[in-house]
Amino acid sequence: MNAAAEEMKSGQPSLVVAGAELLVDHFGALYEPHAGALIVADLHLEKGSSFARRGMLLPPYDTAATLARLTAAVARWRPRVVIALGDSFHDLGAPDRLLAKDLEQLSALQAGRDWIWIAGNHDPHVPARIGGELRAEYKLGPLTLRHEPSARQAHGEIAGHLHPVAVIGGRRRAFVTDGLRVIAPAFGAYAGGLNLHHPAIARLFSGRRFAHVLGRDGVYAVCASKCAMGA
Amino acid sequence: MSSRPTLPPAFQDWFAARRWRPRDHQLALIRAAERGRDALLIAPTGAGKTLAGFLPTLIALASARGRANRPGGRLHTLYISPLKALAVDVHRNLEIPVAEMKLGLRIETRTGDTSAQKRQRQRRDPPDVLLTTPEQLALLIASPDAEHLFADLKRIVLDELHALAQSKRGDLLALGLARLRRLAPAAIATGLSATVRDPDELRRFLVGRGALADLVVASPGAAADISILDTQERLPWAGHSARHALAEIYDAIRRAKMTLVFVNTRAQAEFVFQELWRINEDALPIALHHGSLDAGQRRRVEEAMSAGKLRAVVCTSTLDLGIDWGDVDLVVNVGAPKGASRLAQRIGRANHRLDEPSRAILVPANRFEVLECTAAIAAAREGAQDTPVARVGGLDVLAQHILGMACAAPFDADELYREVSSAAPYAALSRETFDRALDFVATGGYALRTYDRFATIRRTKDGLWRVANGRIAQSYRMNVGVIVESDMIKVRLMRGRGPKSGGTYTGPLTRGGRVLGEIEEYFLETLAPGDTFLFGGEILSLQGIVENEALVQRAAGDAPKIPSYAGGKFPLSTYLADRVRGMLATPASWKYLPGQVRDWLEEQRARSILPGRTNLLVETFPRGSRHFLVAYPFEGRLAHQTLGMLLTRRMERARLKPLGFVASDYAIAVWSLEDMGKADMGGLFSRDMLGDDLEAWLQESALMKRTFRNCAVIAGLIERRFPGKEKTGRQVTISTDLVYDVLRRHQPDHILLEAAWADAASGLLDIARLSAMLERIEGRIVHRALDRVSPLAVPILLDIGKEPIYGEARDEALKMAADELAEEAKA
Repeated sequence: MNAAAEEMKSGQPSLVVAGAELLVDHFGALYEPHAGALIVADLHLEKGSSFARRGMLLPPYDTAATLARLTAAVARWRPRVVIALGDSFHDLGAPDRLLAKDLEQLSALQAGRDWIWIAGNHDPHVPARIGGELRAEYKLGPLTLRHEPSARQAHGEIAGHLHPVAVIGGRRRAFVTDGLRVIAPAFGAYAGGLNLHHPAIARLFSGRRFAHVLGRDGVYAVCASKCAMGA
Repeated sequence: MSSRPTLPPAFQDWFAARRWRPRDHQLALIRAAERGRDALLIAPTGAGKTLAGFLPTLIALASARGRANRPGGRLHTLYISPLKALAVDVHRNLEIPVAEMKLGLRIETRTGDTSAQKRQRQRRDPPDVLLTTPEQLALLIASPDAEHLFADLKRIVLDELHALAQSKRGDLLALGLARLRRLAPAAIATGLSATVRDPDELRRFLVGRGALADLVVASPGAAADISILDTQERLPWAGHSARHALAEIYDAIRRAKMTLVFVNTRAQAEFVFQELWRINEDALPIALHHGSLDAGQRRRVEEAMSAGKLRAVVCTSTLDLGIDWGDVDLVVNVGAPKGASRLAQRIGRANHRLDEPSRAILVPANRFEVLECTAAIAAAREGAQDTPVARVGGLDVLAQHILGMACAAPFDADELYREVSSAAPYAALSRETFDRALDFVATGGYALRTYDRFATIRRTKDGLWRVANGRIAQSYRMNVGVIVESDMIKVRLMRGRGPKSGGTYTGPLTRGGRVLGEIEEYFLETLAPGDTFLFGGEILSLQGIVENEALVQRAAGDAPKIPSYAGGKFPLSTYLADRVRGMLATPASWKYLPGQVRDWLEEQRARSILPGRTNLLVETFPRGSRHFLVAYPFEGRLAHQTLGMLLTRRMERARLKPLGFVASDYAIAVWSLEDMGKADMGGLFSRDMLGDDLEAWLQESALMKRTFRNCAVIAGLIERRFPGKEKTGRQVTISTDLVYDVLRRHQPDHILLEAAWADAASGLLDIARLSAMLERIEGRIVHRALDRVSPLAVPILLDIGKEPIYGEARDEALKMAADELAEEAKA
């Protein structure tokens, strides 16, 4: 465990999955201290320009906003490896549409550490020039990191894809866990959300569900049953 | 009124056969038409307004046909109504004289329900008279056929203009009118309106370029017979249910032929309807009508009304506008009318015969509403109207129009700017702002210019702007209009038994049950699994939400969590608020108030002080373990909510530890851990709260995000969601909240944020009104530090727990839930 993690750990919200402790930050990332691994899900880079191609001219600032938050998370944890849990790019053409300055920022983030792109349904391939290594899934001690959660109970699985949100005094991104698996919220600025009560999420859990909700200033652990319905 | 125009013989005979004689205002419009003058007719309900609007058309076409110099297939008169149901109704009424005088005219309706085939035919082979809505007009002028279709247009009739002109639909209509004037310079416009405070605004609307249309005012008819229900029950301190008066309302229904029971919110409609049936011993046919109900069910209620099969309908403002649904002889208004003009409209629903008085009973639901109803009746007797907020055309509507004009034909920017700024709401539009709107339409208007290759309209070598491709034009047609519905979710009754109470249902949710109607998504976001609510007259329990359908079951018991979903929660009008303050400040006027209310005010006078006409009364007192601050601005719920948000922020900084606040139309109450009485009130309520605090709050305000969403949809940034199209997948939709967050941070001066800000100032946040209030009370705050709650403060304190408590977008709600979990873990 590195020094930054030791220092941060006191009072840092955490969740335990399959016996492994993961720290949770309010940027929406998970940090595994033993491997020094930072885990983020569903960046959906260039979602804005993807819509623009089809005539909806969304503000072209989403990639910059997402990378700025990722930069903040990296600066905080100084991870040895960053694992992006798939759907990192909104479509196959997205890497080509990256602005030069955004590409530079991504390269700067990758410098000096390992970078894993887990393949998602939006981005089954990532061009080599973007850097990083493409994997179908990634093992981290007792944990298995993949994009789409497996249908059957998966001990120690960390997945994205479903973009969970909790509705509690507003709609907020949230990690959902029952201690056996975790579904991570989408990290991307334009990535929408799905209520954690939606059957697509709820059916993945058999035990009591907890939501680690991203507030403005911190992360709050609440019972899923305290969260409201809504789409 | 010098020379009375003579009607053609056929028309004279027709009037005579009906034992009618043409009214003065009908003749005045005929004269205006003969002289080619635009005209505004102001007339009360039942004055033959619609016939007045169409007589010049019928006369002109009758003689033209007679001389056979007007071939068929040319559009002569275009009629625009705010409601498609009204267009259909007018069509039916218009066919009567046309058939009886054998004028042989082709009259057709065109609404969203008209088949694509018929619409296409109407463009190629138009009828003599076309009845339609502002949205359909926008589509017609955006079609390449527009020039041909309108080339021979002679008259434009705008019905219920007072209702349209004050809204974004009015902006759209004004822009459409500006285009029509270019396509058919000889056409004259006639506006039909209920009584308004400032007719000049509508006269300008009709003509454009600052000129005024002729004004024709019909005689006002018999004065209405309005009373306040003189209840024998105890008047509630607070609440909006009027539960105490339901037996008396039922009695009034029993004694009338046909009653309309108006309420202000859908929740109230549900409640009143359910309670009336509970006491409906005679099993009178009483129906329910509000915007959330299934459209088929609403149509059935309307038909039953027209057929005279109902004794009462409980309804929201969905029945406010001029459709003649039957022989209504009594209007009951539950709760306060909120505005003098709205009350006049609703009263007009009773009795469509001009020479007999309309009868209305106001039923205040609480003591403050007694004051408001009394003020509203005084206003009605004087014929006073609310002051309209001067309307500046929305930039989002402008953007939509610019794209529409490119779809019609390539345009020159200079010419289009001249045309647009001839429309009254856009008279002050600068060329610079127009160009920004144009840039927004073309490439999004972003400082980071990365979308040139995705442009929706492009400037070609000839200097004209043309639409980039057919798909863009198609998308324009799908998204036209300025009414943005909240995201609605279907409410479907589950078949069979659901899960046991408690816990979320995670198994397969089978569909196939009956759809009860639709409900706003944001209302559902306040419900936890298993929560109960009232809908369609039944208590339902929410079981789950699957793909835009809320699955519900009937629930036992009779104490639902009453829905607080919006749906016509109008704030108190500035005009009525001023009258209420005036009444409070004038004890001599209290003799007309019910005894209970008089006693209440007397007690307030003895124990604290009464609010004055121009000052602001602030009371502070301890209660339980908390400290309270209650202020009485009377500026309406929306302005008070905004005030509460800003006030609590400021109190937090002053370490007064505010815990929450609640706002009503009349007052605001804040509670805290520290005594707020020691604060400097002038500083607390000073106008500079509208600076940085407002900025900081707007970043996260859900109301602001909703406002932005509307602008984004209207301006065409976001495509509308269509029922049945959601299936294409989650990835094709985008949350405008996320777009708002990103845009605010990266380009705070973007035109869409400017449009949203302008809307918020007069709309959901009512900042304009809050600002005027803060200015008015500067140096005029009267603070009373009391040892206990004052009589006037009781109602607002009772609202705590019933009305939503605000602490929006802060982390408090989360902290509380997290603490609960921590406590549970310790136990």
